[in-house]
Amino acid sequence: MTTPTLEVRNLRTHFFTRAGVVKAVDDVSFTIASGRVLGLVGESGSGKTVTGFSIIGLVDPPGRIAGGAILYQGQDLAKLPEREMRALRGNRIAMIFQDPMMTLNPVLRIDTQMIEAVQAHAKVSHAEARTRARDALGMVGIPSPDERLQAYPHQFSGGMRQRVAIAIALLHHPDLLIADEPTTALDVTIQAQILAEVQKLAVNYGTALIWITHDLSVIAGLADEIAVMYAGRIVETGAADAVLDRPVHPYTHGLIGSVPSRNRRGEKLRQIPGTTPSLLRLPPGCAFRTRCPRADAACEQEPLPSQPVPERTVRCFHPLVAVAA
Amino acid sequence: MTTAPIIELRGVSKRFGPTYDAAARVARSIARQFGTAQKNEVVHAVDNVDLSVTRGEVVGLVGESGCGKSTLGRMVAGIMPPSDGEVRFKGDDIVELPPDRARDAKLKVQMIFQDPYASLNPRLRVEDIVGEAPLVHGLVKRADFDTYLDAQLRRAGLDPGYRRRYPHQFSGGQRQRIGIARALAVQPEFLVCDEAVAALDVSIQAQILNLFMDLRRELDLTYLFISHDLGVVEHLSDRVLIMYLGRIVESAPAEEVFARPNHPYTQALLAEVPRIEARKRRFTAIKGEIPSPLAAPPGCHFHPRCPHAMPRCSQEAPRLREIAPGHRSACHLNDRS
Repeated sequence: MTTPTLEVRNLRTHFFTRAGVVKAVDDVSFTIASGRVLGLVGESGSGKTVTGFSIIGLVDPPGRIAGGAILYQGQDLAKLPEREMRALRGNRIAMIFQDPMMTLNPVLRIDTQMIEAVQAHAKVSHAEARTRARDALGMVGIPSPDERLQAYPHQFSGGMRQRVAIAIALLHHPDLLIADEPTTALDVTIQAQILAEVQKLAVNYGTALIWITHDLSVIAGLADEIAVMYAGRIVETGAADAVLDRPVHPYTHGLIGSVPSRNRRGEKLRQIPGTTPSLLRLPPGCAFRTRCPRADAACEQEPLPSQPVPERTVRCFHPLVAVAA
Repeated sequence: MTTAPIIELRGVSKRFGPTYDAAARVARSIARQFGTAQKNEVVHAVDNVDLSVTRGEVVGLVGESGCGKSTLGRMVAGIMPPSDGEVRFKGDDIVELPPDRARDAKLKVQMIFQDPYASLNPRLRVEDIVGEAPLVHGLVKRADFDTYLDAQLRRAGLDPGYRRRYPHQFSGGQRQRIGIARALAVQPEFLVCDEAVAALDVSIQAQILNLFMDLRRELDLTYLFISHDLGVVEHLSDRVLIMYLGRIVESAPAEEVFARPNHPYTQALLAEVPRIEARKRRFTAIKGEIPSPLAAPPGCHFHPRCPHAMPRCSQEAPRLREIAPGHRSACHLNDRS
């Protein structure tokens, strides 16, 4: 096998706040190969966004990467000087954020912003940069890109704005694209358009894609592999089909079970009791044990990653493994 | 069914236009004398909607942002008067009722909002948020207040020990429970839930949906459940309305809509919905975007994006008519067969 595009090894990103150390990302490991889509699933506060920020080197104080390695084509991004990181960011590694209004500068025209992004990483003329910007807009399905280049962000609708943000992320055909809930704020029909663009990208340019979301149904349609995060840890990883059809971790099981379409119409939804714990006051041992139906005394110890079934890594003492019939 | 509707809308429309102050009115009249063209920017948020909801029914209202579903919900809840048409509660037009009876009618229809962070006053304690309205309206006496409040909180799944806390001390799911307790404290018969679970995490969303279903049985409630999430609506609703740019384009029993969608927009919408069962699918998309309601296309609003559009579609707005028992759709294609 070739080296994966990205290998994250035992990543720890902690926030040193006055109230205590918040272990937003705690011992997270995964790999992703070229052209593959990894779905990083979790509820709010599970550490999925901070994982993305850590990879692209945008963790602000009081947070910092406290340990582990982020190997991009064998090179550790966590130890890279900021100068070299800047050469990669927006070029080989790009990110799309949830709110496109935050990514785009409201007082600059789209062409200004896009040409700047092109010239930051490629020694090309203004005219050439403009052509590239126009092509990128056309690629994400923006009609009459030449005219739209001269517009300001507020003249676009939410879905169009997100396309512009995606076009900027794609300007240099990155090897790795981190998408942080880019369709959460969009309507269903617009979401489908964006997903269609992203799928094309992974196929055409061999971009490795990390899709961060809380929406299992989007992931089901998009991802090759799934990593489920809970309270800063990846609790289950595996092939998308296998994880969705036969979840092994009780949290994954509960999460999938609570999706309305997985329940008989009108019947009570299977729910996970309780709420996600504060990262400042995590119970010792397995963070999910206070909500878990299978928890017992063993769970007060820290569960280490294990492989109860082939090609699946789970952090649990009591995985839901079917007893051979 | 022979039961009388609890809520009935007849030809309800809501238009939003600019309001002019004195200076703007003078400026406009001067401009008119010089014959300068003036655009009259009016948004038809809701356009001639009929709706009747019978007691105990759960009606799901689905549509994309800007289609007018929240505006419709607000008119049903009586917090926004319609520009045209009537909103009837148990047969009475709320606008024509004497003030005290109108107030009682509005009290019976309560609303639950999307954002549990914005819909609670951050400076009030839970006991005031939930307890103020029933005290003001004389639904409970001072002496019985504590017992009443505790019962309200417990019913929404909140610990009565938290009654002296402020909203910021609660998580999103718990705040939504406070919103539910507040709505139920005035003993309503009808709840308008406007995207009530959209802001919640999946595991919390299931808890709140279960709470809605329990309360429905317990209190014999009727719901108008507004959502863009078809999965949620399918699970909860008896009947589903699909809205596009201010008009209802399809209305049918829930199973019927999901099994045999008639309107091209409904069909496209259902095809787009990501489902956990659909793996590694190719996403395709309805062409184009939702037009601005300021410049809604003539005729059928959906025709510029519709794969089956005919010349007639851009000239004449299709009427909502029955195509099967209980199943109504607004599409010219139904005239051909």
